[in-house]
Amino acid sequence: MAETALINNIEAPARPAGWRGIAADWSSDQRAFKNVSWGKAMMWIFLLSDTFIFSCFLLSYMTTRMTTTVPWPNPSEVFALTIGDKKIPLILIAIMTFILISSSGTMAMAVNFGYRRDRAKTAALMLATAAFGATFVGMQAFEWTKLIREGVRPWGNPWGAEQFGSSFFMITGFHGTHVTIGVIFLIAIARKVWRGDFDVGRRGFFTSRKGHYEIVEITGLYWHFVDLVWVFIFALFYLW
Amino acid sequence: MVDVPFDTVAGVPPAEVGEVELYHPRSWWTRYVFSQDAKVIAIQYSITAMSIGMVALVLSWLMRLQLGFPGTFSFIDPNQYLQFITMHGMIMVIYLLTALFLGGFGNYLIPLMVGARDMVFPYVNMLSYWIYLLAVVVLASTFFVPGGPTGAGWTLYPPQAILSGTPGQDWGIVLMLASLILFIIGFTMGGLNYVVTVLQARTRGMTLMRLPLTVWGIFTATVMALLAFPALFVASVMLLLDRLLGTSFFMPTLVEMGTLTKYGGGSPILFQHLFWFFGHPEVYIVALPAFGIISDLISVHARKNIFGYRMMVWAIVGIGALSFVVWAHHMYVSGMHPYFGFFFATTTLIIAIPTAIKVYNWVLTLWRGDIHLTIPMLFALAFIVTFVNGGLTGLFLGNVVVDVPLSDTMFVVAHFHMVMGIAPIMAVFGGIYHWYPKVTGRMLNEALGRFHFWVSFLGAYAIFFPMHYLGLLGMPRRYHDIGETAFVPASAHDLNAFMSVAALIVGFAQLVFLFNLIWSLFKGREAGGNPWGAASLEWQTPETPPGHGNWGKELPIVYRWAYDYSVPGAAGDFVPQNEPPAGVLAQGAHP
Repeated sequence: MAETALINNIEAPARPAGWRGIAADWSSDQRAFKNVSWGKAMMWIFLLSDTFIFSCFLLSYMTTRMTTTVPWPNPSEVFALTIGDKKIPLILIAIMTFILISSSGTMAMAVNFGYRRDRAKTAALMLATAAFGATFVGMQAFEWTKLIREGVRPWGNPWGAEQFGSSFFMITGFHGTHVTIGVIFLIAIARKVWRGDFDVGRRGFFTSRKGHYEIVEITGLYWHFVDLVWVFIFALFYLW
Repeated sequence: MVDVPFDTVAGVPPAEVGEVELYHPRSWWTRYVFSQDAKVIAIQYSITAMSIGMVALVLSWLMRLQLGFPGTFSFIDPNQYLQFITMHGMIMVIYLLTALFLGGFGNYLIPLMVGARDMVFPYVNMLSYWIYLLAVVVLASTFFVPGGPTGAGWTLYPPQAILSGTPGQDWGIVLMLASLILFIIGFTMGGLNYVVTVLQARTRGMTLMRLPLTVWGIFTATVMALLAFPALFVASVMLLLDRLLGTSFFMPTLVEMGTLTKYGGGSPILFQHLFWFFGHPEVYIVALPAFGIISDLISVHARKNIFGYRMMVWAIVGIGALSFVVWAHHMYVSGMHPYFGFFFATTTLIIAIPTAIKVYNWVLTLWRGDIHLTIPMLFALAFIVTFVNGGLTGLFLGNVVVDVPLSDTMFVVAHFHMVMGIAPIMAVFGGIYHWYPKVTGRMLNEALGRFHFWVSFLGAYAIFFPMHYLGLLGMPRRYHDIGETAFVPASAHDLNAFMSVAALIVGFAQLVFLFNLIWSLFKGREAGGNPWGAASLEWQTPETPPGHGNWGKELPIVYRWAYDYSVPGAAGDFVPQNEPPAGVLAQGAHP
């Protein structure tokens, strides 16, 4: 009968197997990712997009490094510091990397204390993370100054291929901008945590929405991403 | 049975996300100008995109005047001709089509079709529009700066894009790249919103496999845009550095006007790879929303469920994925390795499979349907025909050996105008005629609409069909004046003149369309809430046009897919997505 097609099926349909089951899970009711808030989903997708930006930058750098006919300057000599009377290769970069990775640790602890509603510790740890980040940017500024004093410019340098300087300033500059933005966000959100905005349901200035402690974790996602990107820059630019 | 059953909701699932408080405008400014309502943002996007699109339309007139009647219009010199070409291409592809499909249709339709009150982050959504507007203003400003806009061609290939022989080398290229960077930043803000809204903010009962195909098309295109625009972003930043700081990412050692430039060691091919890694997905960023819109138009206006919904979804996703591995088919003549060309020709031709699935499914949806030749349906049919046409010439250009002689001829111009110019524009028009009653509460004028359709459709063919022939003759593209050459017969010039006259007429038909948009806003026939008898959710809003928050007090609950037309036993000839099963049964049970 025609009507039978319209009768509501009281029993829940059996879960489909195989690929159909996977598709059914992904396309399930209301939300594709259960227990993932809008903000967190948005940050993950943004980071995916940002991954493509950094990948394109790094691939472009590697391409120009391979196509240029002029020899590439030796990173362990260029990025060496003379401490005492010893020339130590990559020492500054090693310290910078250590600092940035440490900041991921304090960030993770901040997320933990945020979910425990420990406002003082969360805010303190976020500020510590921001301080690590600011130190990193400061050391990068020092490195830029040193190289510029030695004659490195985006359009040339004393030791070899001019793409060395251009790639260096472009990639570390773009990454440093990310770190700086992260520091600004960390400070802004640490202030909100400290003030207790998320306990009293105070509304955001621009969005007029109530914030949650989850924003600490979302900021953390961004921060860890920026760290992870640095590992690739470190490996592909400094160690290659 | 349909392969997506509409009666699987046993109990209504509980809401997983609580109601999120909306931003409530307090003044005229926050209601209509700095609005955070996706519907207002959609209209702002559409008006801005169509305004800058009119500029591109006028540029195409100027180009056609020069091509059709060379030497007659002394105010068009070769430099200006190149500038017209560049700006026409860039505006049409990015600032009109991408912005209109994703920013315009996406903003309006996604929240309504998935049953949400708004986009997930309205404030970010508003920023997206204002940055887009800034990008458009920066782009338009290049017409007024010293040296004028860049004439590098819409692909902006270095080294020529930033060398002194190219018009707009001073300001034009710099502002163009800045505008692109702004556009990408603005788009990313909107795009994140569209994706998260579709994935995480659907109403109860709205599984992904119950979404109208329009949402699937826009959603997939947005995901692709979020992954493809980064390549253009990086290419723009690096080209800007090459131009402003004198870096040599893309610039090899070369001699300019007899003197050695400061550049050296860069790779122009790298730019082509980056550009086309963006550029090819961009074709489908424009095409997939069109696919989705056309699927919905055909189903509604043929009063029949879409054929093979599940395959349609997988075809959209498959095309989206494949389009990331075909980019180098734009570079067969760049001197790349033949094996490379072989790989990219293969992947390119594989895309024909999901695309053909879609075309067959559209035709099978029409087959024995109750076809109403309304204006949206006419545009939908025109889309199918045009897209098939453009797709078939794509088979020629996708093969390396055929592409090499056809490269840089008018054949290429004809191909991409058919497949990603005319076809998506047909979908845009069809979509506007279809959804205008929901946006304004009034129907567009029927007679003006039919006039607009027939002139645009036939006119487009009058312009671009002969262009294939000119391309096969070997007439090159981007030439200001062909002059007297052995391989171009005199009759080709007559053909060019004919095409130019057709282009002028088609252009004027668009003015009729704009007039219709404005006239119908005040004088159009009252449409009511659901003039087409459509089943999808956006037609079931309590108010038309939908009010702030879209759904009144209660969010709708979805019981079935969006394509229940002519269901045997049901009372009406369509069953809305939010009609409870009991209601359908009660209506249907009575003889």
